[in-house]
Amino acid sequence: MTRTQESNVFENVVCSFCGCLCDDLAVEVDGGRITRVRRACANGRGLFTHYDPSPRRPRVNGREVDWDEAVAEAARILSASDSPLIYGLSSTATEAQRKAVELADRLGAMIDTTSSVCHGPTGLAMQAVGEPTCTLGEVRNRADLLVFWGCNPAVSHIRHFSRYSVTPKGMLTPNGRRDRTLVVVDVRPTGSTKMADLFLQVKPGSDFEVLTALRALVGGKELDAEAVGGVPLSQLRDLAERMKTCRFGVAFMGMGLTQTGGRDLNVSELFTLVAELNAHTRFTVIPMRGHGNVAGADQVVTWQSGYPFAVSYSRGYPRYGPGEFSAVDVLARGEADAALIVASDPVAHFPKAAAQQLERIPVIALDPMPSLTTEVAQVVFPTACYGVDAAGTAYRMDGVPIRLRPVLPSVRPTDEKVLGDISALVQPGMVM
Amino acid sequence: MSTSVSKCFTLITGRTPEQGKGLHVGKDSDVYREATAAVMMGEGDMAHLGVKEGQIVRVRTAAGQVEVPVRAESLPEGLLFMPMGPMANVLIGTGTEGTGMPHFKGLEAEVEAA
Repeated sequence: MTRTQESNVFENVVCSFCGCLCDDLAVEVDGGRITRVRRACANGRGLFTHYDPSPRRPRVNGREVDWDEAVAEAARILSASDSPLIYGLSSTATEAQRKAVELADRLGAMIDTTSSVCHGPTGLAMQAVGEPTCTLGEVRNRADLLVFWGCNPAVSHIRHFSRYSVTPKGMLTPNGRRDRTLVVVDVRPTGSTKMADLFLQVKPGSDFEVLTALRALVGGKELDAEAVGGVPLSQLRDLAERMKTCRFGVAFMGMGLTQTGGRDLNVSELFTLVAELNAHTRFTVIPMRGHGNVAGADQVVTWQSGYPFAVSYSRGYPRYGPGEFSAVDVLARGEADAALIVASDPVAHFPKAAAQQLERIPVIALDPMPSLTTEVAQVVFPTACYGVDAAGTAYRMDGVPIRLRPVLPSVRPTDEKVLGDISALVQPGMVM
Repeated sequence: MSTSVSKCFTLITGRTPEQGKGLHVGKDSDVYREATAAVMMGEGDMAHLGVKEGQIVRVRTAAGQVEVPVRAESLPEGLLFMPMGPMANVLIGTGTEGTGMPHFKGLEAEVEAA
């Protein structure tokens, strides 16, 4: 990132909103406020322009208190808890994620990330069959066939097409869009399907069958069917041939596979198809990670505990248990008696019966912005926003770590600082 | 006796540009509430149910029911879309089939005019 002193314009700023981590924004600052953001998408612009960096005091039971008092109350709640849950972590920096895992270890807590309601099934698939992947730089420079399956970047990753995948001119794709074929697979027409050269509309819940049919066709088998999962066989044959004969193919996949029936099995089938295509050409896959550092959450929890999400330290060592230690399951079964929520909003995004449990147990929330979770939390820490008024590291959706540098003076404490302070005070098993 | 027509659908939930905008404006804002309190369906299904753009419909799944305005969108017959958020979450169950992931897409849902 560079800064032009005269005009207070920061160039090459990284946007931490989504997993694209676009690092070419220009942000203009005047009087300690962001006045203009260039090259950002609607989501990125919203992140920078709607964030109010004013210092705010923490709240305990709705009352504004000093930071030390709020830290002490958070430590008291967590120390008194028999079965605490730490959840979120996808919109914070890796430095804070490390502190959260350390705290879970000290407390004997369960720790889960927003991956469990996002690409958790992708992680399960990766563990089952492997993930032949590449970086977005390789996509930009080499890919001539792009298959977006069950995702809608036109809404969720708005600059993906223009910055990384579809239109950029790269080393081996000098004509940009004209050098690439764009295939979109979805159950409905979307903004992304409108831009596609080929749109395969699958019947809802039929992705596994369609992927299996493609594996068969790529493997040279004949199918005795006119259509599979609503897709005519002729269209599947055409796609299988394109996949085998492209120079460098990339599959991008999203919630259309992970949140529908079959979940990780759908993803495993896609990953296996991609692996098998490497007998014919170079083919890779990249999951379309949603939040700015959800990929980093997987990385940090894995390097600290050995597992990517849904980990319990209740026996003093890490145990892995999607479905057992994942947040929705833990809350739905009433198995957590306190929750520490970092940089996420489960009250807004969990099934209602799970979200309601957060209104019955003590909740501590760290978030730069007000949310539905901060509304129900007993202790609220209005922390700094990484990449806006705090420095930190985030992992892009392709696993590339990128440094986030602040464009505003750092006034508020960071998630890392608050989590470290809480960790220093907690005394697990003690009623304080 | 009710004379309303109901129909079984497959419901999927997900992001929309309006829901994204609402996130930034604030989840306590009318922008967010309006963006997340709606159900989209194809015009053919709307005609079958006898409902018009903006009319309140009742959407029911095994997990719960909500009453939200209906919006016409280019969707295949029998498919419903709801923006992710507190209203859609009423319709989502907590079962994860041992994965941690609830069934956010592909739910059986019934719709009728409210």
